[in-house]
Amino acid sequence: MKLKKLITLEIAALLVVVLGFSAFTSSNNFSTIPAGYGIGDVAANINLMNVNGKMVSYSDYPNAKGFIVIFTCNTCPYAVASEDRIIALDKEFKSKGYPVIAINPNNPEVQPDDTFELMQQKAKEKGFTFPYLYDESKSVYKEYGATKTPHVYLLQKEGGKNVVKYIGAIDDNVRNGAAVKDRFLANAVNELLQGKEVSVKETKAIGCSVKV
Amino acid sequence: MKYLTLVICLICLVACADGKKEDSNAEVQILENPTAQSDLEKGTETAGNGVLNSSAVPLYNFEQLEERYLKNNNDTTYVVNFWATWCKPCVEEMPAFETVNSSYKDEKLKVILVSLDFPEKLKSLVIPFIDRKKIRSKVVLLDDPDANSWIPKTSDQWSGAIPATVVVKNGKAAFHEGTMTLEQLEKQIKTIL
Repeated sequence: MKLKKLITLEIAALLVVVLGFSAFTSSNNFSTIPAGYGIGDVAANINLMNVNGKMVSYSDYPNAKGFIVIFTCNTCPYAVASEDRIIALDKEFKSKGYPVIAINPNNPEVQPDDTFELMQQKAKEKGFTFPYLYDESKSVYKEYGATKTPHVYLLQKEGGKNVVKYIGAIDDNVRNGAAVKDRFLANAVNELLQGKEVSVKETKAIGCSVKV
Repeated sequence: MKYLTLVICLICLVACADGKKEDSNAEVQILENPTAQSDLEKGTETAGNGVLNSSAVPLYNFEQLEERYLKNNNDTTYVVNFWATWCKPCVEEMPAFETVNSSYKDEKLKVILVSLDFPEKLKSLVIPFIDRKKIRSKVVLLDDPDANSWIPKTSDQWSGAIPATVVVKNGKAAFHEGTMTLEQLEKQIKTIL
């Protein structure tokens, strides 16, 4: 009887351990690539807090032809190396109808350099001319399928909807803007501006994994 | 009965050890890892000759990386991990790679840690990191800016985020994006070995 009880107890303990363990391992499987948007998908509207404390959504831009949405962050060396290029892209394309919208998807509890206050500081120091939004609920990056920073989504307005036209890198040299040979994103925007189909629709770039 | 208790204890131990690796304090992890530590104490031969390999971090372009490791048909299994010193999840999973590097010595298996740090940071960041962490796996630095061309060549499943790991042997490959526990890494290796 005593033995039986002990065995039951041990089995129960074993179960707890195994269950706990499997819960742990599954929580560790976040690395599987989220599905996210593909080319031609309609991107949902956003409503996120900008560094100036105001909420920003695509509908705030009735005259825009589309959006250059860039998931980026404060300290990832690839993001930092891209800052001047992101500012230049906004300068080049905002007036043509494609403003930059930057979104920080990182959780400051995981990546302490990505608090809202440090985002404000970054935007001020670098003189960002575009909104730098905080994905506080962590839902936007997931919906888009952004896995890293920087990660670009080019949207074009079509019948009131924002359709994904290009996904990937800013250009072919994230480390060094001066050595860029192929401006993937700028080429795509220019093709849209000329009423053409984007020829290079998807590219890959190394980036820092989104920290959530 | 006693056996069952032992098994439970063992499982508990494994679970705890595993939990420890999840600790965000990466600084202490290599020392906490029992295998890595015992190797350090032995003054180990895992790097080939007992000499820390920081003095020899070659810069390769992707073609050279392919030639040497990714497309090498010499019966060696290469565990190729893409990382960077500033990538926290990469640093966190590194003890698992170090453990594999020292524990699979007899299996013709080599761990290659491919740093994606900017080449100009080799002396100021990468080498001090290798020394500080006493890294014994082979470290190389991939100096090839056109990631759009070599990310898909490494794996069509790779979005470009790091860490990322590919295990290759004679044209067979298994890819994983994101951090891995030692168990996950060993599972990935076993699909190729």
